[in-house]
Amino acid sequence: MRDKELIVKVCSGTGSVSAGGAEVLQAFENLGSSYGIETGFKNGCRTQKVGCRGFCSRDVLVDVILDGEKITYEGIKPDMVPRIFEEHIIQGRPVLEWVAGDEHKKFHSGQTKVVLSLCGEIDPEELDAYVAAGGYETSLKAYTQLSPEEIIEGIKRSNLRGRGGAGFPAGHKWEFARKTRSDKKYVICNGNESDPGAFADRCIMEGDPHSIIEGMMICARAIGADKGYIYVRDSYALAVKRLRRALEQCYEQGLLGKNLFDSGLDLDIRLYPAPGAFICGEATALLKVIEGKRAMPVPRMHRTAEKGLWERPTIVNNAETLANVPRIMSRGAEWFAGLGTETSGGTKVFSLTGKVKNTGLVEIPLGMTLREIIHDIGGGISNGKSFKAVQLGGPTGGCIPESFLDHQVDYESLALAGTIMGSGGMVVFDQDTCMVDTSKFFLEITQAESCGKCTPCRIGIRRMYEILDRITKGKGRLWDIELLEELGTHIRTTSLCGFGMTAPNPVLSTIRHFRDEYAVHIKDKKCPALVCKDLLSFSCIQENCTGCGMCKKVCPADAIRGIRKKPHKIDQQLCIKCGSCIDACKFGAIHIE
Amino acid sequence: MNECLDKIIDNYLENEGNVLTILQDIEKYYGYISEDAVCRIARELDIHPSRFFGIASFYSQFHLKPRGKNIITICRGTPCHIKGSEKILGRMRMELDVSRDEETTEDQLFTLEEVNCVGACGISPVVAINGQVHGEMDINKMMREISKLRADN
Repeated sequence: MRDKELIVKVCSGTGSVSAGGAEVLQAFENLGSSYGIETGFKNGCRTQKVGCRGFCSRDVLVDVILDGEKITYEGIKPDMVPRIFEEHIIQGRPVLEWVAGDEHKKFHSGQTKVVLSLCGEIDPEELDAYVAAGGYETSLKAYTQLSPEEIIEGIKRSNLRGRGGAGFPAGHKWEFARKTRSDKKYVICNGNESDPGAFADRCIMEGDPHSIIEGMMICARAIGADKGYIYVRDSYALAVKRLRRALEQCYEQGLLGKNLFDSGLDLDIRLYPAPGAFICGEATALLKVIEGKRAMPVPRMHRTAEKGLWERPTIVNNAETLANVPRIMSRGAEWFAGLGTETSGGTKVFSLTGKVKNTGLVEIPLGMTLREIIHDIGGGISNGKSFKAVQLGGPTGGCIPESFLDHQVDYESLALAGTIMGSGGMVVFDQDTCMVDTSKFFLEITQAESCGKCTPCRIGIRRMYEILDRITKGKGRLWDIELLEELGTHIRTTSLCGFGMTAPNPVLSTIRHFRDEYAVHIKDKKCPALVCKDLLSFSCIQENCTGCGMCKKVCPADAIRGIRKKPHKIDQQLCIKCGSCIDACKFGAIHIE
Repeated sequence: MNECLDKIIDNYLENEGNVLTILQDIEKYYGYISEDAVCRIARELDIHPSRFFGIASFYSQFHLKPRGKNIITICRGTPCHIKGSEKILGRMRMELDVSRDEETTEDQLFTLEEVNCVGACGISPVVAINGQVHGEMDINKMMREISKLRADN
């Protein structure tokens, strides 16, 4: 056959698998073998799965690299593979109409890939692939050439701050653990990623699990730990599978276990599939889970770095934080610090979702503005609608309106705007989103996920939820906005852990920026975004209705009456306001107000 | 059953006495936390059953009732919410005739549950059917999947 080098990379993250990634890969492999191309990692020719490359809305993404020349295809289905194989790989003519277009370029050009640099490039299930990309070189250096103090000094100079949300400087945390004397120390990777709308950690764990393990090795060396846990949410099935495989490979190759790199030091890392609760992302609660108890946070009399798991010094770092460590060690602390702002170094991965054109994972240097992220990388709002707000930091974060879009993204500026960095969820809302309903949605999550230990959080959030619920049902009282503000402020100041302190954020930030919308719900009993069901009424516009009967067919409540080819009517008593008729009507004959 | 319970107890002793591992194993072997299994293990290890149920009721991983043959998990994360997951959930509850508290259908064919996020927000709204993630779902697609599962039975 041909003697050119050929590499086919097929995205195999969760998003891509659901779009048929595994079938696409299989199709390439089958065709490869039918043409007599031997594929495998060691050969010059290979097909391989790679981690998520971020642009999930255009899955399945396929890279075909012929003699070093890379062409990216988007939206590939298994039945499209034979044509790519025939025209591009055999005849050398790329299939231009399927090549990723301008949006793809725009999406990637504004990004700086540090943590995600290997995600989407290497096969996450092959240790050799990670090693070939320079993997485990920095941990070798850490165990054989550097002293723990030198490692910690480097991390401090890099200005790396915790990517889990609170932004505590990682180097300082490590130093506390280093300086505390103990017979046993632990390093824990927090991969709980509780925030709905954030999936950066998942992609790193799925796409580049060895970087996390290497980060943990370096951390263990720095603080003197010989035991580690990777704490990962059990619903991340693919991440659990790939991490487990990565750990097995490390043990087989002697990268973990006894006497690492002949240094005389041991390290044992175990996978801990978490039983699933939002609060487990909180460090003290997470430790309780590993100890086999209910995940209830405890008052922080001591730092966990000094007294954590089983009362021993414990470093709990977020998966993204740890994955940054090998990069800092290999390219230098100054390089990393130079990427960010004065107070926080490096990049941050955001999960850009919601009503933007290009949804997916974006990695940007800290200090970029929100406008650049949403309008340049994200391509603006989808379906020609207008921007309303962006929600950062998950259900305990806050919403930011248009006027704050030129603020730069770093820990301090976001706090000023009334939100938090969180774990990097960035959900964009358009004009069709009701802010009262959204706040209620967040509180529905937080009131259910409160661990129940302290009263302000357990009862306070529930009361706030009830107030929001009555506002969305048209039963709001005039003083409800002030009441929400008062309650929220109290919960914020009197809760035990970070969860309770931030849980009122969505309500307080939306009241701050969208007070009018609350007022309209209460005074006029109307929902301007047409979302709150109880404030809406559905009717049929008689002039537009052709009597085709589609709405009648889909109505689950049998609320639509009418004879064929005559205008229909909606029975207000029976209508459950599900909106099925609007989706079904082709003539725009359903009116909501 | 005794063989399973022995394995569970061995694993517990290996794991430095972590009660959570027992519950995870029971869930794995039986598909839910059966009262019978918990009581027998509790007797064996001389730990009060309330300790087990205290932990089991805290985490979403554990189910206290038997679950259906097909598990439909509707993602209720923020991106899915603003793209209409509530509508899908409401319609599915009607279709399968299950209430908010009772997640499993009477014929034990379906369990309808919500999850805070499956982390596939780029392709929202997302529904996982028997662990398989389906992106960009709508009511029509859902109805087709349900009838497929019904036909398979």
